[in-house]
Amino acid sequence: MSALLFNFLAVFIVACAAGVVLNRNAVASALCLLLSLVGVAGLFVQLDAFLLAALLVFVYAGAVVALFLFIIMLLDMQGGDRKPFTGLTLAAGTLAFLLLAGGVFSFAAHARLPATPAPAQAAGASLQNYAELLFTTYLLPVEVVGFLLLIAMLGVIVLSKKFEPELEPGAGSQKPDVRSQMSDAGNRKPEGSQEIPNHP
Amino acid sequence: MTPDLNHYIVLSAVLFALGFLGVLVRKNTLVIYMCLELMLVASTLALVAFSRFNDTMDGNVFVFFILTVAAAEVAVGLAIIVALFRKRQTVQVGELNQLRD
Repeated sequence: MSALLFNFLAVFIVACAAGVVLNRNAVASALCLLLSLVGVAGLFVQLDAFLLAALLVFVYAGAVVALFLFIIMLLDMQGGDRKPFTGLTLAAGTLAFLLLAGGVFSFAAHARLPATPAPAQAAGASLQNYAELLFTTYLLPVEVVGFLLLIAMLGVIVLSKKFEPELEPGAGSQKPDVRSQMSDAGNRKPEGSQEIPNHP
Repeated sequence: MTPDLNHYIVLSAVLFALGFLGVLVRKNTLVIYMCLELMLVASTLALVAFSRFNDTMDGNVFVFFILTVAAAEVAVGLAIIVALFRKRQTVQVGELNQLRD
């Protein structure tokens, strides 16, 4: 039963991953990625990592793929008339893929890992084990990851903010003038920076 | 026959190779980014499988951190792509050649 489920999920995941790579349309690629992630979450369940399966579905399928779809809709790329890949890059990529896959299969054929049976009681099944490790051994990485999320949030805000010189009210003091000049100089582009905000 | 560690490792390596292929051949920056995510998920699959079959917790906790970092990375990367699109009106890597010329 578990072998059947594993085989089904493996074929499903690999087919969906191939769909991500080969699809002409970016929206279809994102949906294939979503299906592939759901399959990986199923494998996590089979490996008794229930918390990670739920987190994978929430974080990846819920947030990341939704963000991808949102950006695809926002950018509104016209991808229909353009080929997704050219012959030369396809040949080079296939060669690299075959090299990597050949390495994998020689590894699988010659250097087999000892096929020890999985222990009956999975350590990853209980939430208590996660809490114990996260709050003792990995306490510092948890703090660092918290700061990383904060910095990423600030970075995204800075990246997506438009620095417009008109926003500074000329209140007569010296400082806003200097700042508006600096941001004006930083924003100056060779071809009309005025058109870009008006572009739909 | 229940699937053992080798099956999971081979599956994760094939998934990683497919993501690698996508990064190499695709021209759309967003699809390249999706393939990078695919490679990350393949590595998490290997970590969870090792953790399960060796009866340790460290791999699972690492997957925890990888999920967090991947979420932050996607947010920053997509913001960069949007900023790039605002400047250049394209996300095709073939046309983003200002540094080359």
